[in-house]
Amino acid sequence: MSLNVISANLSSAKLTLPVAVFGMMLALAGCSKSSTPEESVDAETPAPSTEQEVAKDNAASADGQTVTIYSSRNEQLIKPLLDRYTEQTGVKVELVTDKDGPLMARLQAEGQNTPADMLLTVDAGNLWQAAEQGLLQPVASSVLEANVPAKYRDPEGRWTGLSLRARTIFYDPSKVSADQLSTYADLADPKWKGKLCLRTSKKVYNQSLVASMMEHLGAEKTEAVIRGWVANLATDVFSDDTNLLEAIAAGQCEVGIANSYYYGRLLDEKPDFPVKIFWANQGTTGTHVNISGAGVVTGSDNADGALKLMEWLSSDDAQGLYASADKEFPVKVGIDESEMLRSWGQFKPDDINVQKFGALQTQAIQMMDKAGYK
Amino acid sequence: MITMPESSASQNNTVNESNETGNTSKSIRQDHATRKRVISKSVLGLISLFMLVPILIVLLSWTQPVADIWGHMREYVLPQVLKNTAILLLMVTVISGTIGTALAWLTSMYRFPGQRFFSWALMLPLAMPAYVLAFVTVGIVDFSGPLQTALRDFGVTTAIPSVRNVWGAGLILSLAFYPYVYLLARQAFLSQGRRAIEAGQMLGLSRGRVFFRLALPQALPWVIGGLLLASMETLADFGAVSVFNVDTFTTAIYKAWFGFFSLTTAAQLAALLIGVVFIVVLFEQYWQAKRGNIITQGSSQRFEVSKPAKLAMMLLCTLVFLIAFLIPFAQLIYWTAANFQQDFDARYIDFVTNSLMIASITTAFIAVLAIMIAWIKRQYPDKSTKLMTTLANLGYVVPGTVLAVGIFIPIAWLDNQLIAYGITSTQFLSGSVIVMLLALSTRFMTVSFQPVDRQLQRLTVNQEAAAKLLSDSPFQRWRQVMLPVLSPGVLTGLLMGFVEVMKEMPITLMTRRQGWDTLAVRVFEMTSEGMWGRAALPSLLIVLVGLIPVWILLRQSDKQG
Repeated sequence: MSLNVISANLSSAKLTLPVAVFGMMLALAGCSKSSTPEESVDAETPAPSTEQEVAKDNAASADGQTVTIYSSRNEQLIKPLLDRYTEQTGVKVELVTDKDGPLMARLQAEGQNTPADMLLTVDAGNLWQAAEQGLLQPVASSVLEANVPAKYRDPEGRWTGLSLRARTIFYDPSKVSADQLSTYADLADPKWKGKLCLRTSKKVYNQSLVASMMEHLGAEKTEAVIRGWVANLATDVFSDDTNLLEAIAAGQCEVGIANSYYYGRLLDEKPDFPVKIFWANQGTTGTHVNISGAGVVTGSDNADGALKLMEWLSSDDAQGLYASADKEFPVKVGIDESEMLRSWGQFKPDDINVQKFGALQTQAIQMMDKAGYK
Repeated sequence: MITMPESSASQNNTVNESNETGNTSKSIRQDHATRKRVISKSVLGLISLFMLVPILIVLLSWTQPVADIWGHMREYVLPQVLKNTAILLLMVTVISGTIGTALAWLTSMYRFPGQRFFSWALMLPLAMPAYVLAFVTVGIVDFSGPLQTALRDFGVTTAIPSVRNVWGAGLILSLAFYPYVYLLARQAFLSQGRRAIEAGQMLGLSRGRVFFRLALPQALPWVIGGLLLASMETLADFGAVSVFNVDTFTTAIYKAWFGFFSLTTAAQLAALLIGVVFIVVLFEQYWQAKRGNIITQGSSQRFEVSKPAKLAMMLLCTLVFLIAFLIPFAQLIYWTAANFQQDFDARYIDFVTNSLMIASITTAFIAVLAIMIAWIKRQYPDKSTKLMTTLANLGYVVPGTVLAVGIFIPIAWLDNQLIAYGITSTQFLSGSVIVMLLALSTRFMTVSFQPVDRQLQRLTVNQEAAAKLLSDSPFQRWRQVMLPVLSPGVLTGLLMGFVEVMKEMPITLMTRRQGWDTLAVRVFEMTSEGMWGRAALPSLLIVLVGLIPVWILLRQSDKQG
């Protein structure tokens, strides 16, 4: 028995083809690799410094022309705005995207040597958490104080809201009339039994909503409301707001709670989407409003650059774009809203300082777990 | 993670010793053997230590005392988590085990219309990320989806139960993960001895008995290897269970970590999860120990069956293929078409080449590691080897984000040290391709290891001994015997690893260089704000690129079969 016979007997397969293909893939990869350095050289060459001031301001930092953002926001929404900033000021903006948890873990691990200058995220709870962990530094800015109402900012100046997101009630107008609706708490009333749709309690938006209710109603009442909600559910809770709104449209349930921009996106696709928006708690505390926002990273070596960018994002120029890009509301008062947002009517927002959402988050989740809200 | 039967190991040693002549050469040889053993074992030890570092880091770094969340978790969250985990594991084991094995048996042993097509098409769901399958399926069969809407339009108003619960999740995970079983079982059926089966038939065994008495026992190590992958994948899944809103270990860990910001509780849960994995692995090893190792090679004749039976086989294959691949695939194409103009740009060339590059380098790297580990395990099949092999394969079961953080912490620490000593001025390691490669390898090691390890078991002790006698050098032996023998297993491992790396999200996100984006990163960008329709283009490309290795694998296994 010779070697050849053994190998032939054992298997007729040869490794040549796959090896060739993988070689080809490597070659391909090699091409892309050789092209990247050129790109990055291009990218890192400072823009012609017509902007003398900016250059002077950032003389201390190694590369003052660049602001690096860690962002959990969709690149698609943010990029056009950042491009405009670069166009106007010559400051280059690097965007690193990931989820909130990993971004915070990353900032913590990198410490003082982090390349990040700014953290951009959604939900006050997330910003509060980042500030608690010491990842954001306090900044004092008269521009931000003028543009952003105090209730949408950290009292210590570690983060600021940049857009508003309203979480409110939606209903099926063929079965429910607006005067039957009033508050979030009213949805716990047995008259809604088998008619309510909710999103999962794992979503931070619901955690913040419950936190605000705890602040207004107290823990005991809030827990009773949540139990009432759970008892009224028409079906298992949803994993996102879009599905929930579609379930109302399809007649699976009659009322539900969702963020307004999901509704806006659906209306964009289907202008005759058969669901109506109702501003909750207008007679009482006001509709629950959360923020998307940003803060300057503690280990930043271009804190000035980051602050300037944040100030710009709160300016008239950026606010219109920033908010309308995702059908959110501008944080600055007096900015023109899009026609769609205006058609939903004026509403009174909740006056609570959004940092409460973070402080009460743990209790809110525990309460929902106890009440059996999945 | 498979135990080599002790008998073949001792046979192995006997063969070694019987080669020896004279006492002097014997002692030299023994010295040599000891040294080889020590080196092999330390290599294995190093690999498994390396694979373990991220998990240990996470567990150890999460010990700062925080408020007592554990009590809350134990009372309100954990009972549900344990129940759901048990249901999911059971469903995935039974359903994906049955589907995978049955389809592999049909496509490799029978002739029916479409058999050639299905033999490769049934691998395709491997390229479909589980969360995409979950989202698309829920979208279609939920109350507001087209299926129930159409039924209502026809006047059917009977309440159809909601799928957004643990049963729906179990079904979808089974459909997403059956290809692991299918691939490995197919590899087993194609390379296993047909003579035994023919003999069994001549002795009057029915085909059912041939399957249950002869073929299945021989293929069991493969089937169980596939089931092990499927269960580990189930335990680590976050995306799909989130779509169904089912509480599992991963979602509980996320809740403890990002909801309660209690790292201690997250670590406790992760430790518990790893405990569950050890139970799963013990089960696997128990089954492996019971099996024999019969190998013969034979003709590749297929069974002939009646027309209705052929039709039934075709229908079964079609059904699985439709639900697990074609319908979600069509949905992806539909969404892509709707958003193509808006989303497609020149950057996609980079996304594709980056994905290809990282996937091919990583799979090649883990294939080499897998061969090394499998070989060392074969040579020294003792307790410590078994333990180290298990540890080296653990990365697959830890939720991706947890592992990503575990990898990032030591890298950032190293970077900070380098900066402190003035060696570098910026975070130099994090974001380098090497780190990304190592990080992905820690996760997907086992995907390559399982098929390679199974294949190595097909090499009988006698064949190896003969190869040793007849070859001039180890190099020649590896090139002419070992690698050709291993090639089906290596190929399966390459395919599965490649597709996995393409789909991987959390580690890629965390370790990629700024601006160095892959298709999976693109999917993340689009899904992070719930824009599923717009994630279709990169998802579709992941599936399409994943087809390349499927096609290669098919050509190879067809040559054998």
